[in-house]
Amino acid sequence: MEKEQHTHIVKYKTYVIVLIALLFMTFASVAITSINLGPYTVAGALLLASIKCVLVLLIFMHLKFDNKFYGIMVASVFILLASVIFITFLDYLYR
Amino acid sequence: MNNSAHIDEHRDDEGAKTGMWIFIFTELLLFGGLFIVYSVYRYLNPAAFHLAAEELDTFIGTVNTVILLVSSMTIAMSISAIQYKNKKLTLLLMGITIFLALVFMVNKYFEWSGKIAHGIYPGSPTLMEASQGEILFFGLYYAMTGLHALHIVIGVAFIAYVMRMVVKDEVQHDNFTILENSGLYWHLVDLIWIFLFPLFYLIT
Repeated sequence: MEKEQHTHIVKYKTYVIVLIALLFMTFASVAITSINLGPYTVAGALLLASIKCVLVLLIFMHLKFDNKFYGIMVASVFILLASVIFITFLDYLYR
Repeated sequence: MNNSAHIDEHRDDEGAKTGMWIFIFTELLLFGGLFIVYSVYRYLNPAAFHLAAEELDTFIGTVNTVILLVSSMTIAMSISAIQYKNKKLTLLLMGITIFLALVFMVNKYFEWSGKIAHGIYPGSPTLMEASQGEILFFGLYYAMTGLHALHIVIGVAFIAYVMRMVVKDEVQHDNFTILENSGLYWHLVDLIWIFLFPLFYLIT
């Protein structure tokens, strides 16, 4: 039955732990911006943002518990976006 | 399976959720395009972007990030609550989500009106005297946070609509795909903000 898709109930505690991790990374990214690390600042802030993004996708958006097919589709869209960014910069760097 | 009561009910939960995800992909590509524009202009005008970003208040940005993250958790929890057949808690959690969204919008209002009071808005005389890079930064700032704020408003309307369905028992422990979909939409709004925040507020 279709209802089997919904039998998994995520515990409240899981959400609270994820939120604490997300908040921690938010404050960490504010902290690394206030100390000057040059080019690594942007990289660090974006890396933390990406980890936060994955956490939200996997737990809050249930990709971890859902049909694998959703996860594959989401990954494809992000790969598409990353390739477009990459190709755009190839153009700007070497024109 | 005891399913006779649903025999004439036309429902496709997987289909509804897949449709929501496909819609979310179009949204990701929409904002993705804007992020590409942002990154190219920032690459071309690094100094001006640094200078312009100093105008933004990191504190308000951080507060709004925290607000969105917490609201994302409450809407996610409301799905667990409906599965546990706890209608009251579901409504409470959805209500908190909407409340936090409104607080976010109030902060945004003060932030934008502060900028506008300083004469920084698209096409303003003050901004027109600034460098090309700063004009681009604030153009992107208003366009991207504005489009994001529009999504917040739509998200609030969507969640409010689903709340009404929960009240009327149209959404229940065995039929809550629309609640999940409103949650997915709300997490999308959160995801976009996760990237907007470091790109606009955390440039040093």
